[in-house]
This record gives sequence, structure tokens and C-alpha cells, in this order.
Amino acid sequence: MRRGDKGRRETPIEYANFVVMLLVALGIGVLAVIASALLGPKKATRAKLMAYESGNDPQGGGVGTDQRFPVHFYLVAMLFIVFDIETAFFYPLAVAYQKLVPFVFFEAVTFVALLLVGYYYILKKGVLEWT
Amino acid sequence: MPDWLTQLLITLLKAVLVTFALLTTFAYMTLIERRLLARMQIRVGPNRVGPLGLLQPAADAIKSIFKEDLRVTLADKLVYTLAPIVAIGMALTAFGGIPAGPPQSLFGTDPWVYQLDAGILALLAITSMGVYGIFLGGWASGSKYPILGGLRSSAQMISYELGMGLSILGLLMLVGSTSFLRIVEWQAQQGWLILFQVLGFALFLVSSFAETNRTPFDLPEAEQELVAGYLTEYSAIKWALFQMAEYVNMITASAVMATLFFGGYRGPVFLEPFIPGISTWPLIWLLLKIAFFLFLFIWVRATLPRLRYDQLMRFGWKLLLPLALANTLLTAAFLAFGRGVGLWLLGLLSLAGVLLLFALSDRVRALWNTPTQRRDPEEAQVRPLGGD
Repeated sequence: MRRGDKGRRETPIEYANFVVMLLVALGIGVLAVIASALLGPKKATRAKLMAYESGNDPQGGGVGTDQRFPVHFYLVAMLFIVFDIETAFFYPLAVAYQKLVPFVFFEAVTFVALLLVGYYYILKKGVLEWT
Repeated sequence: MPDWLTQLLITLLKAVLVTFALLTTFAYMTLIERRLLARMQIRVGPNRVGPLGLLQPAADAIKSIFKEDLRVTLADKLVYTLAPIVAIGMALTAFGGIPAGPPQSLFGTDPWVYQLDAGILALLAITSMGVYGIFLGGWASGSKYPILGGLRSSAQMISYELGMGLSILGLLMLVGSTSFLRIVEWQAQQGWLILFQVLGFALFLVSSFAETNRTPFDLPEAEQELVAGYLTEYSAIKWALFQMAEYVNMITASAVMATLFFGGYRGPVFLEPFIPGISTWPLIWLLLKIAFFLFLFIWVRATLPRLRYDQLMRFGWKLLLPLALANTLLTAAFLAFGRGVGLWLLGLLSLAGVLLLFALSDRVRALWNTPTQRRDPEEAQVRPLGGD
């Protein structure tokens, strides 16, 4: 902790607090689902359990059918992974930035430039076009 | 009773309180939203169930609990049940890290459930987990439209998460910490961060609209296009849990924006001469700021039309991402070379960036608004289901 900082330092108990919050939050969801399962009427019929298709028999889609989807979603996910890793590298740089200036500015520029080369490539490849 | 056990019990109490506060806020947000939307369309809105419609949320809740909980034939049983629980769990957890006052100010305890040094990173991590809820819910429904909605939704959310993460880099550089408390303290000393990061705030605002699936980015549940997206096959309380998650996410986004850019639980200092101590009134300022942003969410919903899916993705990748990087570099350059001048210069530069965007708005719009090359008629015939 830097001198003159009035902020408090986190203690291991904060992580326990986090887990408590997570458990309470998930517990609310579980309770609600159980309550609804117990309280609601149960009169399922075949027509009720059919997937929605405006009154027609459902065609295609669904788990286990060989419905295929555009590769764009896959590309977006791959790009997200790559760019999010770059962001993850950027966070420590940003937090420590003020202690390291001005030299680290050029490092930051280099880093962003590298990122932009990849960005320019996918831009020109047309990955960011949803036609 | 050992000390750590007492602490954990206090935390448990706070967690339960925060959860119930959030659920109540969600319930009344639905009412307020319906009333406000009605006002904006010169209607009255729900006013029959209880005085001023105040019991409407209770009626809705009781109805969803007592409805039949259907699961369509092709649905994946386990994942179908787990998805709404994941969605609401992550949404509620994310809010616990927001500080609602200085340390020890809540009857001698801390006014937050947990306070990690990596607060912002934890928040981003938890919101990413929220994507699982929506996507798995869509996948497990065993039907066509939910899968499409889930795919679209996850693509949208991860794209805008990137913009969200990048748009706060400038802020992190200024403050030098990822802890919410430190950020609020920094603002108490130097002034609200919106003053120095207008551009970053604008990007963050847009990203959080897209992250919470609100209009104009509510494509996953675009009723006219995909039935109801990932919600199509859900009924009873599971459907309500997804709705709850959306609204809780909205409240969290409002609180995060208030904390990061608007001084969090600290009020404006220039009011101090009139009423001493007004800037440190407990909780009130944070609630006011959250209420303001919630109103903004509703107002925008009543105002803007929905974006098409390709526009949405182009907007995120071609405009938000480069601008966030530009904002980062601007702040970096200022901190490296312009520190002698004073922070107001950075504020001016950032404001100039936003104004430039407005001035060039037609050019900027062309970036994401114009349809790109036309599709071949032949190609169009073999395209897989799922569309654009």
C-alpha cells in the first residue's frame, strides 16, 4: 500500500465474503425454482410440451438435431478471446502506469500498434462484416 | 463465538439484505418502467392493483410462482433448469462489490458485502459468467428460436464486454487502482472522473446498455424477429428469473457507472457551503445516482428504435473498440507528457473527442449503418439457418 493512501487493504475474509454472496445469490435462484416446481399445477400434455412454432410441428433446430449455424458466431468468439487476452495484459500496465511514465508510454503505444495490426487484418479480411 | 464467524454471519446478513433489496427494486422497477413508459406515450399505466398500482409487482410475482413450470420435450433437463439460476446468481453477486459508503459507516460495519482490491476485474469476470446463463438457456430449450437468440445474445454480450473493458483503461491509468473504494476516494479528492473521461464514459454507457440487453440493443429478445429469443420456451418462475437477472444487471450497471464516473457515494462538494456535510450523506447520493441512470435506461427504451444485428456488431467492433483504444492512448499520452498542465486539459481533450464524434456523426454512422456488399442470389439460397 502506498503511503498517504487512506484506502483499506483487503483481507482474506473479503474472499470468504464474496463466496457468501455468491452462495446466497445462487440459493435464491434454487429456492425460487423449487418453490415454483412444488406450487404450480402439473398437467402437461403432448401439445403443451411441443416446442413453439406458431402452431406447426417444430422443424429443425433443437438439441441433437444437425442444424447448422453461421460460422460468424465462431469468428466473433475467437476474436473476443484474442482481444480479451490483450485487454488482460493491458490492465496491469494501466494500474502501474503512473509509476512508470514516461517510458512506458512508448511500450503502451507499441502494444496498441501490435493490436491494431491484427485489427486491420481482420477488418480487411471482412471478418467484421455481417452480410 | 470466534471473530471470523461473527464476521461471516454479518456478511451473510448483509448478503441476504442486499439480495432482498435488489429483488424488491427489481419488482418495483418493472412497475416504474411500465408507468413511465405509459407517461411517455400519454397513457396511465397499471393503476388498478392496489393504490397507484403499487401491488402490481406482488401480483406478478405470485402469478409466476403459481404457474405451471413446463419443459418442452426436446429440452436438456439439467441445463434448462440451471441456466436461470446461473443468470440470477451472477447478476446478484455482481452488485455486492459496490461500496455504498465509507468503511465502517453502516452501524460500525462496512456498507458492502465484499470489497476486493481487484473490484472492477471481479465485476467484469462475474458479468462474463452471466453470458453462460443466457446462452445455455437458449441452447437447452431444444427449439429453434431460443438457440438463435442465445447465439446472437452471447455474440453481442462478449463483443460489448470488450468495449466495456477497454473503455475503463483510461480511468484505471488515472486512478492507478482497480478497487472501487480507491476510485471513489480519488474522485473525492480530484473531482468526478466524468470530467476527465467523457469519452470513456460515453463508451462505457453504450457498452452497458448492450451488456444488459436493453434497447436499442435488445436483439436477443427481439420479439418481432425471434419470438422471444432465449426466453421462448421458459415459463413460470424460470422466466421470471431471467427477467430478474436483466433488471438486476441494469441496477448494477447504474451503480457501477455512478461509482466509476460520478463519485459513487460522495455527493457534489460545491453544495457544502449551503448545507454542511451534504456531500457525505450516507447512501442517499448513491441511490439518487442509481435512480438517475435507471430513469435513463427507461427513457432510452421509449426513445430509440432497435438496431439490426449486423449494425449492432459493426457498431461494437468498428466504432466502440477503436475509440476505446484511442481514449486509452489519449490518457496515456497526457499522463506521460502533460502532467504539469493540470487535469483540466485531459478533460478538455476528452470532451473535444466527444464533440468531434458529434460533428462527424454522419461519417461515423456510415461506419456501422451502411449495409456492406450485397449477397449473391445463389449464395443466399444455401445459407444456413440463423440468418445475419
